[in-house]
Amino acid sequence: MSNLKSMIYNCRQATFLIEKRMLGSLTLRERIELRIHLTGCDVCTLYVKQSQKINEMIKQLLKEPANNNVVLDDEFKEAMQQKIQHKLNNN
Amino acid sequence: MDMTESAPDTRQLDPHNWVKHYADYLYLYTITRIKDEEQARDLVQETFLSALEGMERFAGKSSERTWLTAILKNKIIDTYRKRSSGLKIVEASETESTAPDFFEADNGHWKKEYAPVSFGMDSEEGLHNKEFNRILQKCMQKLPALWMAVFTMKHMDDATTDNICNELKITASNFWIIIHRAKLNLRACLQKNWI
Repeated sequence: MSNLKSMIYNCRQATFLIEKRMLGSLTLRERIELRIHLTGCDVCTLYVKQSQKINEMIKQLLKEPANNNVVLDDEFKEAMQQKIQHKLNNN
Repeated sequence: MDMTESAPDTRQLDPHNWVKHYADYLYLYTITRIKDEEQARDLVQETFLSALEGMERFAGKSSERTWLTAILKNKIIDTYRKRSSGLKIVEASETESTAPDFFEADNGHWKKEYAPVSFGMDSEEGLHNKEFNRILQKCMQKLPALWMAVFTMKHMDDATTDNICNELKITASNFWIIIHRAKLNLRACLQKNWI
């Protein structure tokens, strides 16, 4: 019981469970603990929202990176093309 | 005329134009996952060279780009693996001392200065906000290599936790600790740089 009580006020543990819930699964006990915590903790409730949003954004970012001006320099490309050509000719 | 153009199972591959068509795409793909520019360049080059050697394995089921990306993805995971085996011990102790602790030591409450505050936009808006995305990308680059590896692998391909733990030789409990810390740091970084 004292464990449960300290959990109810522990945001470190709550955020840990929030992350685990989003990408994996929680035990029944963990689910209950987290639910009780979130009922009384606005800051962690905000954390849930932000964390979910960050996950969505990362997914999107990895699918289509935002940085469109990242390109390889021409010199490197040229050298790479030559290596490919060389290898093709040798086969 | 070289053999590759007449071989039936490689007719969809056109290595003469790989650099022109895919080099920038593959580089961008890599740089979002590996923060080192030089290493990212090398990985792109290695991808092309491995692809040349494996052309007969191209079944024509996917597009050329998808096929090249799959080869690159394996190389990126290899890199993660090499990095993490070398960095794990150093980083575990390093992060203990250098990463800020967001919570009070005695009761686990948020420290005032680190407690989440609203990002000040509705949930849809952030997804399309270029500036916010740029900051997120920068914040991700700041994560330690092993965290970045774990985090990216989980989000990149929805790799299973077991797979990631095996690939990077970490325990499941370490996996969750890293996911938790990475997210706390990422969120804090966003808050610091956005608001």
